[in-house]
Amino acid sequence: MSLTTTMTDGAQIVKVNAERIDAAMAIQFKEDMRTETEAGAERVILDLSEVQFIDSSGLGAIVAAMKQLGGGRKLDLAGLTPMVEKVFRLTRMDTIFDLYSSLSEATAPASANS
Amino acid sequence: MVKTFACSFTATNTDARSSISSVVARLRTLGIPSARADEVQIALTEAVNNVVEHAYADATPGDVRIKAELTHDRLWISIQDAGSPFPNGQLPEGKPADVNVPVKSLPEGGFGWFLIRELASQVQYERSEGSNNLTLCFEIQVTSPSAEA
Repeated sequence: MSLTTTMTDGAQIVKVNAERIDAAMAIQFKEDMRTETEAGAERVILDLSEVQFIDSSGLGAIVAAMKQLGGGRKLDLAGLTPMVEKVFRLTRMDTIFDLYSSLSEATAPASANS
Repeated sequence: MVKTFACSFTATNTDARSSISSVVARLRTLGIPSARADEVQIALTEAVNNVVEHAYADATPGDVRIKAELTHDRLWISIQDAGSPFPNGQLPEGKPADVNVPVKSLPEGGFGWFLIRELASQVQYERSEGSNNLTLCFEIQVTSPSAEA
């Protein structure tokens, strides 16, 4: 599984360079996220725009990635494709993350709208 | 007009992934709308993940057989395996995850049966002759003109 990080002023952006986060790679994803986010950025934005399919194992791995950040740190999700968004919405996991339709929206100044 | 097709594969995550992708690609060519095909893929993936993780958990992975039958308004998908039966011969209830809990208590799994029951119109399970037979039914609006109701 390939993750790439870009540091910005306000956040660490982690892009998932894979079409799927599924049962075959969920454990690897969780471990790679642990390594990737070790530096300790307070806000991590997970760019999911390449991900076309996620199953419950992948969803669980993203929840695990958020939990392993620990207190005071935040995992936001950006660029969800329709199918990925559907899985988050159906399982109500859309209520525990901040979801942004695109990376630019996720990194836009918060003052732009209320 | 009824269209049927089937495939079988070894119960591993990687074989399951490629076989399910082929099944769903075939369904798309038969005129199942894209968003509904996505939903079928989610439910089918969860059902097969359960076979890989639970039915064959204590054994060498055996075979999984998927059969699809598409009529003008319904898709029946049956999934057969020779692994362990469901506990008490009953399908899990598939309750929604409780999200009103502290972050550290959030569930990292257990979403599968909830998704299956949300997405499929009907779910049937039968244990016979050492096999699990799970059937998922999906109501479908086929877009191909030849299959109009």
